[in-house]
Amino acid sequence: MAKAGKTSATAGKAPARKASDNSGAYLRMYRQMLRIRAFEDQANQLYLSAKMPGLTHMYSGQEAVAVGICEALTPEDKITSTHRGHGHCVAKGAEFREMFCELLGKAEGYCRGKGGSMHIADQSNGNLGANAIVGGSMGIATGAALSARRLGRDDVAVCFFGDGATAQGLMYEVMNMAALWKLPVIYACENNGYSEYTKTAEIAAGSLIARAEAFGIEAFSVDGQDVLAVNELAGRLVARARKGEGPFFIELETYRYHGHHVGDINRDYYRSKDEEARWKAERDPITNFARWLVAEGVAAQDELAGMAAEVKADAEAAVAHALEAPYPDVSEVDMHVFVETAA
Amino acid sequence: MREITLSKAVNEAIAEEMRRDPTIFLIGEDVAEAGTPFKVLSGLVEEFGTERVIDTPISEPGFMGVAVGAAMTGSRPIVDLMFGDFLFLVMDQLCNQAAKTHYMSGGKLKVPLVLRTNLGATRRSAAQHSQSLHALVAHIPGLKVAMPSSAYEAKGLMKTAIRDDNPVVIFEDKLMYQEKAPVPEEEYLIPFGQANVVREGRDLTMVATSSMVQVALAAAHALEGEGISVEVIDPRTIVPLDEATILNSVRKTSRAMVIDEGHQSYGITGEIASRIGEKAFYHLDAPVVRMGAMDVPVPFSPALEDLTVPTPEGVAEKARKMLRGELFDGA
Repeated sequence: MAKAGKTSATAGKAPARKASDNSGAYLRMYRQMLRIRAFEDQANQLYLSAKMPGLTHMYSGQEAVAVGICEALTPEDKITSTHRGHGHCVAKGAEFREMFCELLGKAEGYCRGKGGSMHIADQSNGNLGANAIVGGSMGIATGAALSARRLGRDDVAVCFFGDGATAQGLMYEVMNMAALWKLPVIYACENNGYSEYTKTAEIAAGSLIARAEAFGIEAFSVDGQDVLAVNELAGRLVARARKGEGPFFIELETYRYHGHHVGDINRDYYRSKDEEARWKAERDPITNFARWLVAEGVAAQDELAGMAAEVKADAEAAVAHALEAPYPDVSEVDMHVFVETAA
Repeated sequence: MREITLSKAVNEAIAEEMRRDPTIFLIGEDVAEAGTPFKVLSGLVEEFGTERVIDTPISEPGFMGVAVGAAMTGSRPIVDLMFGDFLFLVMDQLCNQAAKTHYMSGGKLKVPLVLRTNLGATRRSAAQHSQSLHALVAHIPGLKVAMPSSAYEAKGLMKTAIRDDNPVVIFEDKLMYQEKAPVPEEEYLIPFGQANVVREGRDLTMVATSSMVQVALAAAHALEGEGISVEVIDPRTIVPLDEATILNSVRKTSRAMVIDEGHQSYGITGEIASRIGEKAFYHLDAPVVRMGAMDVPVPFSPALEDLTVPTPEGVAEKARKMLRGELFDGA
């Protein structure tokens, strides 16, 4: 029956394992976290320099969640993402160029500029799309799991959502169905402590994992700043979901470094600068993982620094490309309202 | 030709399509053993099993969302929404998710699903089980909307809806489930966006949807005895709308009425009347007349409910006035 395991290692402390066994995967995860951070740094700059239309929501600080989970998935596995979704998109295999083009509304973007930051979808890697309705994709992820099982495929669906989305009724409706029908879906609740501009403690009564347990769904809490802990748990649950033992629920404790969106600059009224500084200094998922990789002899400090420089250069090149890339032709405005059906 | 009920016609359409395509499944409340409260789906679970005829909890947004996700990943769900009034419960999943996914993804994702539901008052079911809410979804780009007016139409339009790669909402008139019409044994489909000229006439065009086609036909029959020749057009789908057939008819008759069971204000009648006004103005001998349901919540009492929807008598009376030039209040 439902059991809530505390699988986390304390942040910054390495789980006991032989790092040499799996160095390729570790370095890949490190690189993916660097890529998310670099992407967000560039996106933030684009906003601050008024080069990006609209606004966007930064994933910085939460990298270990997306990477730890997506590293446990195949390209055929599906994810649904959120308004704070760049991290999921990168972690599931997307390219910088198409992503930056999408953020800037360019034709070369993943959605030909029609979706923008809040609707990036990359179906070639199983990303069914970010969603600008909080909690709006919970049915979609659950349906993807139903579809996979009905059609005899073994892919698993992961639904990323924030702590704020646990206040939406849809979550309870679809968790009920997923549990009744034993669907291969994993509900990944990224608890970054804030529901927009409000502390989660002020909007969520009781325990988050207990919500899933009420449906008989096995639920877990994990340190969302520890990519290895996230990946180890995700790997186990994905394998079990694939065998028909799902659904599962994971609460990942994490932190967003920026405000609710890029324009949420003066936020002292709901969150102190001290608190932000503390998380960045003590629980940064990239810094802590780097320290572990060096301590375990997986990579030398200068190799990791070289990787960071390379990733940053990639991001800068992609931004430069996207800034120069053409907008969609005006003829595209009423294209894709409907699929042209032959029938 | 054999005659079957509208209920049977829908059942046949779904069964035929499910036999043809294993990616189709049915999902909704009490669709399996119960076969829905109207028994439209009776027998399907026996043939296709509970893996393809899926009973859900009473969670309309939930199963609508599940269907959207399934449709995005290779399945072709048919969602059964027990009453059209429950559309309000599924609006986010239908209008923010299903309708926009293809567009927002730049054409990369698609959502081939059918939402079958119903409309129609005078069943003494009061304000939350009697509404005709097709205008709500017709307003949202990305959704197709079909409105069958008979058993024949219901079967052909349902089969087309199931094969369409877009989200389609199909409204059946719940008062017509037991009405019979000739339906061929052999397979046929009715294409979307091609209106049906149900009856030809010279003096007046009636554009009518769903069961209002039957109301218009009854009115036309009564008027025929008085020397008034009415053309009746059934658009079949309001999205896409076959404007050309409607405009051609109006150019011929010079007068038009639009009859629909949705509330008259901000509805289908206003939309079609406006298009006629914009595009056939110089052919018109009179303002286009709208007849929708009254702008009141549907009352329970039979004495009141019957007043709220267009009737053959009411339609015929308006037509007579129109032809006498008496309609122009304050003009």
